Amino acid sequence: MDFALNDEQREIREMVHDICLERVEPRAAEIDESGEFPWDIKELFAKHDILAIPFTPEYGGVSGSALTLIVAVEEISKFCVTSSLILSVQSLGSLPIWLAGSEEQKRKYLPPLARGEQMAAFALTEPGSGSDAGGMRTRAIRRGETYVMNGSKTFITGGSVADTIVVFARTDQDGDAPARDISAFIVEKTMPGFKVGKLEKKMGIRGSPTAQLFFEDLAVPVANRLGNEGDGFKLAMRVLDHSRPGIAAQALGIAEGAFALARRYARDRRQFGKPIIEFQGIQFMLADMATQIEAARALTYAAADALDRHLPDINLSSAMAKVFASDAAMRVTTDAVQILGGYGYLRDFPAERMMRDAKITQIYEGTNEIQRLVIAREVLKEKG
Amino acid sequence: MDLALSPEQQEVRTLVREFAEREVKPRAEAIDHNSEFPRDLVDKAARLGLLGVLVPDAYGGAGLDHVSFAIFVEEVARFCASTAVILDVHNSVGTEPVVIFGSEEQKGRWLPDLAQGKKLAAFALTEPEAGSDAAHLKTTATRSDRGYLLNGTKIFITNAGEAGLYVVMASTRPGSGADGITAFLVDGDNPGLKVGPKFKKMGLNGSAIAEVYMENCAVDEADRLGNEGQGFRIAMRALDSGRIGISAQAVGLAQGALDDAVAYARERKQFGKPIGELQTIQNKVADMAVKIRAARWMTWKAAALCDAGLPFTREASMAKLFATDAAMEITLDALQVFGGYGYLEEYPMARRVRDAKACQIYEGTNQVQRVVIARELERV
Repeated sequence: MDFALNDEQREIREMVHDICLERVEPRAAEIDESGEFPWDIKELFAKHDILAIPFTPEYGGVSGSALTLIVAVEEISKFCVTSSLILSVQSLGSLPIWLAGSEEQKRKYLPPLARGEQMAAFALTEPGSGSDAGGMRTRAIRRGETYVMNGSKTFITGGSVADTIVVFARTDQDGDAPARDISAFIVEKTMPGFKVGKLEKKMGIRGSPTAQLFFEDLAVPVANRLGNEGDGFKLAMRVLDHSRPGIAAQALGIAEGAFALARRYARDRRQFGKPIIEFQGIQFMLADMATQIEAARALTYAAADALDRHLPDINLSSAMAKVFASDAAMRVTTDAVQILGGYGYLRDFPAERMMRDAKITQIYEGTNEIQRLVIAREVLKEKG
Repeated sequence: MDLALSPEQQEVRTLVREFAEREVKPRAEAIDHNSEFPRDLVDKAARLGLLGVLVPDAYGGAGLDHVSFAIFVEEVARFCASTAVILDVHNSVGTEPVVIFGSEEQKGRWLPDLAQGKKLAAFALTEPEAGSDAAHLKTTATRSDRGYLLNGTKIFITNAGEAGLYVVMASTRPGSGADGITAFLVDGDNPGLKVGPKFKKMGLNGSAIAEVYMENCAVDEADRLGNEGQGFRIAMRALDSGRIGISAQAVGLAQGALDDAVAYARERKQFGKPIGELQTIQNKVADMAVKIRAARWMTWKAAALCDAGLPFTREASMAKLFATDAAMEITLDALQVFGGYGYLEEYPMARRVRDAKACQIYEGTNQVQRVVIARELERV
């Protein structure tokens, strides 16, 4: 058994770290304050092939290993979660194509995404269907060689900046059919009938645009359907199983960033004649934070490793990593604010931003409550 | 990264799981109820080679790695934490110091007997007034013609009275703290060593824990383990890998509790359906499962680092802290799933709660683990 990263992963971590330290960290507060999508960071990541990490070389990428991607996302998230989402969403939006696309679809769509010339997004959630994704109402009706799509999606990360959006829609005719009638489509933003609605104002990850999308008689060629009709729900669930370790990695990175900040502060800050890190009250908080991080890292890396090894229970390991790492990030960032005291509450320090950013990791890509349902079902399942 | 168990590690799991289910599980309740040291299980474990897990082949041991050791302790602890701690202490803090720090002669003298279970091992560091602050122990070792005379009292010594070897920490330079501590290998038959009555405890009732008194206990020069003044380092190294064992024990306790809670939640019907279909039970089950998996990875990571010859003090402390706190929470939650039945001693749920509490205390309280972790963090 060996928990060490391989050379590729170590090199990528170092490269991403150096770039983020120099270029991303100085921008993080600004991005948060303005709430604008950081195009400069996107270009930076494209230029250094960071956006190519989720893709294998045959489709223009540089890796394709889940663990390598996790390491990169973790590293970026230490400095700026909004920036890490550029990479995460590139992976999330392309995963359906990667997992279910035909060779032709892969050749057409993946290389421009790997080069960072185009951006991807994943459109599943609707105003009336969040955790209960099977209850979606967006509909795609087949008319000869096209599907006519009508409906709307909400909470779509990167939806306003994406070129290629995988949209899930019902393809049944009767109107109240179950999840088995959901299909997946590759939609291009240039297709007539594709509209971006308002961008949400959020508590955190403020530079990452969260958009409403509208489809008005949008004509999607049959050639853009991913897999067969009715395969969409299963595909969406598989995609999320693959991408949840990425949310865990974000959470892990935020927690590590907050911990490093708190430790640095505790060493510098003097009260009662000595650095506050010499007080046991602070030491124990730091020890608990570090232990939470260690546990989150173990689960996150193990989930990514399970993906890379194609183990059968990835839904369980992904859900476990996501729920634990995100809860840990919330606790660790809250404690980091606490260690910084009044300064932690100020916008002048990144602690409060990290805490605001951490909150989303407990919510998106399946709330932690949904993760617990998934886990409990697996654990309570009768074993043969 | 390679997180797969090796074929050898999988074999260990299969072997020990079978042993634990067949031999340990049916005995656990009686061992607890009668506060009975399970000599029969120790002997059976010895026949399977489970008393020399970390002892090299050359000395009659199984020569396994620490990941295998953790798997072994976990599987036993799923059914009986008393038996697990007896075997754990023997294999890790009792025997491993001889494996790592022993001279050729000491290894040849002790390891074959320890590995075959002819002698059990105990580790004697803690004293009435030196618990977490182990460097300030009061037991002394003064030079004599042949070697040393040991004087002092040890407390909370697991396997006391059952052991044939005591690894004793004593000061050869009183007043010099950690630098004055030296380790000795003391034969259980040494007339200068006496063992007090077994303590009555909250749990781990099958494990013998007692005071050990040494009065002019004479040992030879050849019984000194390592050099004078090296004892504290030997003790800390022993405890580092001992903590892997305690973490594994906690993981096993928690896994056993979860297994029982899951089986019960599937059977027990209230409001017309199994309680496992209620979200409040599902939430508990999910949280238990997540914490167990995290604790197991942390334990295996510390073990794998140890096997690779890399520093693992921080990881072992984190695993110990996390796994034992998790075991406390999980055994309590599992008891709660059983409701009133969980409170009855005819089910194993209450016993696991009582047993789990010890894990947060021994081989360094969880407060001391936090001190260790904070100190290790300072080095980064």
